Amino acid sequence: MSEFSQKIGASKAERAAPGEPMVWFSGMWLAIGILMIVFLLSVILVNGLSVFWPKDVVQVELTETSKAGWKQSKYFAGELRKTQQRRVANEAGEAIPEIQLFVGNRDVYGFGFKFIDDSDISRRTFPQDILMVERMEYGDMIAYPVKLQLVGGKEILAGEQGFDEELQSAVERANLRRDKISFIERGEIGGVNREMERLKMKLKKAELNTEGVEKVKLEAEQKQQVLQQEYEKLAAQAAALRKQQNEDIFFYRLVTGEQRSQVVGDLVSFYYPNQLTLAGKISHFFSRGWGFLVDEPREANTEGGVFPALFGTFVMTLIMCILVVPFGVVAAIYLQEYAKQGLVVRIVRIAVNNLAGVPSIVYGVFGLGFFVYILGGSIDSLFYPERLPTPTFGTGGLLWASLTMALMTVPVVIVSTEEALASVTRGMREASLAAGASKWQTIQHIVIPGGLPGIITGMILAMARGAGEVAPLMLVGVVKLAPTLPLDTVAPFVHLERKFMHLGFHIYDLGFQSPDSEAAKPMVFATTLLLIVLVVVLNAAAIMIREKLRKKYSSGAF
Amino acid sequence: MNSASLSPIAMHKENIQSSVQKTGQTDRPVEVVAAEEPSLAGRPDYIKVSDFSFNYVPAVRVLHNITMEIPEKQVTAFIGPSGCGKTTLLRNFNRMNDLIDGVSHEGHIYVNDQDIHDRNLEVISLRKRIGMVFQKSNPFPKTIYENVVYSLRVAGQKNKQLLNEVVERSLKSAALWEETKDRLHDSALGLSGGQMQRLCIARAIANRPEILLMDEPCSALDPIATAKIEELITELKQSFTVVIVTHNMQQATRVSDRAAYFFMGKLIEMDDTTQLFSNPSQKETEDYISGRFG
Ligand SMILES: Nc1ncnc2c1ncn2[C@@H]1O[C@H](COP(=O)(O)OP(=O)(O)OP(=O)(O)O)[C@@H](O)[C@H]1O
Ligand SMILES: [Mg+2]
Repeated sequence: MSEFSQKIGASKAERAAPGEPMVWFSGMWLAIGILMIVFLLSVILVNGLSVFWPKDVVQVELTETSKAGWKQSKYFAGELRKTQQRRVANEAGEAIPEIQLFVGNRDVYGFGFKFIDDSDISRRTFPQDILMVERMEYGDMIAYPVKLQLVGGKEILAGEQGFDEELQSAVERANLRRDKISFIERGEIGGVNREMERLKMKLKKAELNTEGVEKVKLEAEQKQQVLQQEYEKLAAQAAALRKQQNEDIFFYRLVTGEQRSQVVGDLVSFYYPNQLTLAGKISHFFSRGWGFLVDEPREANTEGGVFPALFGTFVMTLIMCILVVPFGVVAAIYLQEYAKQGLVVRIVRIAVNNLAGVPSIVYGVFGLGFFVYILGGSIDSLFYPERLPTPTFGTGGLLWASLTMALMTVPVVIVSTEEALASVTRGMREASLAAGASKWQTIQHIVIPGGLPGIITGMILAMARGAGEVAPLMLVGVVKLAPTLPLDTVAPFVHLERKFMHLGFHIYDLGFQSPDSEAAKPMVFATTLLLIVLVVVLNAAAIMIREKLRKKYSSGAF
Repeated sequence: MNSASLSPIAMHKENIQSSVQKTGQTDRPVEVVAAEEPSLAGRPDYIKVSDFSFNYVPAVRVLHNITMEIPEKQVTAFIGPSGCGKTTLLRNFNRMNDLIDGVSHEGHIYVNDQDIHDRNLEVISLRKRIGMVFQKSNPFPKTIYENVVYSLRVAGQKNKQLLNEVVERSLKSAALWEETKDRLHDSALGLSGGQMQRLCIARAIANRPEILLMDEPCSALDPIATAKIEELITELKQSFTVVIVTHNMQQATRVSDRAAYFFMGKLIEMDDTTQLFSNPSQKETEDYISGRFG
């Protein structure tokens, strides 16, 4: 291997001889290509990461004559997002500089972003005590704290000793209660509901069979009563918690002077953006980044995290690999090892290569028509007749999406596996056969292990293509917001029929389908970055396995 | 396999081997088995080639009407200039050439009276009885240990102790044990060229085949290893039939009992080695062995 690369090095030196124009020409094109990729990646990296970096909040005072104000107020406060020239110049043809502020408080203003001409601004300040609050609804709040009214009537004014600590603990309590409510409603009540659903199905199935209906009915009704009681108990628990969520009240004042209040149960976190030290900013950066990874989305996906999408992408890619690798490898083994090499095999090979070029949406349509409607429909009528007309497998879901992606990427796996198998030398095969091994034993013990690194290369290529693809998924199972993850603690644990979320579709949905595209933009960058990182991580894992294998056999053939 | 066609020795060995494989609990090393075999005089026509011709490509004949007999438990050397067909004939004995597309042959080859091209004969069972060392060394990209036991593994042998014994015995026979005993579980591809060749020899003799085909086994070896291999060959002929292709005349005289001289795909002369080298009946043979040719 090293000998080989030395040789390459030598010939490179020869090629780089002075006065060779093609070196510069071809090198330039490569450089341009690399530059474009680096540029694209750095744009995504910078924008994606800066989402989590806390910015200062500027308060602007508008001039007397300005018409940009909110109602009578002459003040705005927000994060400075952009400084630019207006797209349309004034009558004199002069450019008009303007700024874009993220002003938050969408519940009050009705908008989250505000463009203000530079000429309208008379003063900019950075008030120390302005507060940035992440909320469950209506995006962030940017305001001055006034007071906190705790349950029992205790009040603490802002600026008083211990106000921040009290607010912090109130918010933390609210977050805990919110998790608990979600656990009760989605987990426990969900379980009860599933149980009831099962009973109903059982009843329906019994009715289809017509015999023993009475007995089943009686049993079912008894069980139903127990479940109903349990449900009511849980619902009461949840309602009590919900009530507690509204007991602490936070009072605040907007820069416009308006006083408002909000229950602490709606708040998620808060910080004083203009007071943060560098260390505070860094820790804030990481905690927001972490939240982005592990939280569920809120506010039509434009707030909160992307965990379900991240998880969905990961699981889908994994299942796709599990389906595509054996399929592709077995097909390649037949083509390379067993099929009589001739015209037919050549044609098949060309066809497989061309399949890789079929537009992905075509696979999506095929997946919808064949997997979802035909296969899924038959499965439903065979195994889930009691649930009809509600489809179980007869609608898009994880399994069909993974299968469609597997079909789409199988040519890649076949082609690279064939190459890998062909690279196992004749001498090696002959040695195996001469030792009395059968053809299959030779393939199993010599050819496949020898070709494994190449097979993994095929898997990497398939993964990269599968994880980044969006169009076909929209037809076969991806949704904007999935109520449940495809994997959970309820048997059978992997729910292949469930719809799921996907980072690629998330990007599309955020960027092009959300009502407030300006608000969604940071999420688009962050999600894009995450998708790229996910693909890189998956590939790196595969490459590491491959390197390990390569070292084990030290056959530097790939 | 048609056991009726096997010699008594072969049958005896076959039975023991299969009983080891079936029960898997015999802890008698194979060496003991070999030592127990009665040393009968071998039959003179153990491998019989009769009017055999061979084409790689239609209408291009590489072997022309070869007729020869290779005696059991003796070493037979094939000599001749490069490209004369020695490898081709050797590879026909275990039907290795079947793997090449478009080959055809005429005539017959009998191993122990059985036509190896017989439709009823399973080529795998034939190859299990014949070990082969290739002209180009071709160790598997596996550990040294796994290389040696490969033929036993594919035969389904799982007895660890027996495998360990086979590895030690085979590597010792191939003069490789001292160099590799501490790195048996390292990749075989980390060995030197000569070590690889000796590993291939160890692999070929691991399951104690009845016939050992060696295609220039010493071409990559230093004199010490060569001497060891020659010693091994002399030892092996106590129980096995050895066919060796060599370009080294001294080696042929040292190790072989019979020698066959090929030229342009034809068998020119075959005789006892001493006879062939001291008093060849054909002019071409004399020219070749005295170095006036090739
Ligand atoms: N796979 C093949 N396809 C076609 N022709 C072949 C093939 N292998 C060998 N030949 C030809 O058959 C003839 C005999 O080759 P063979 O390898 O048997 O020679 P050899 O006596 O072993 O020579 P050497 O001493 O160089 O190994 C040569 O002319 C060679 O070109
Ligand atoms: Mg040869």
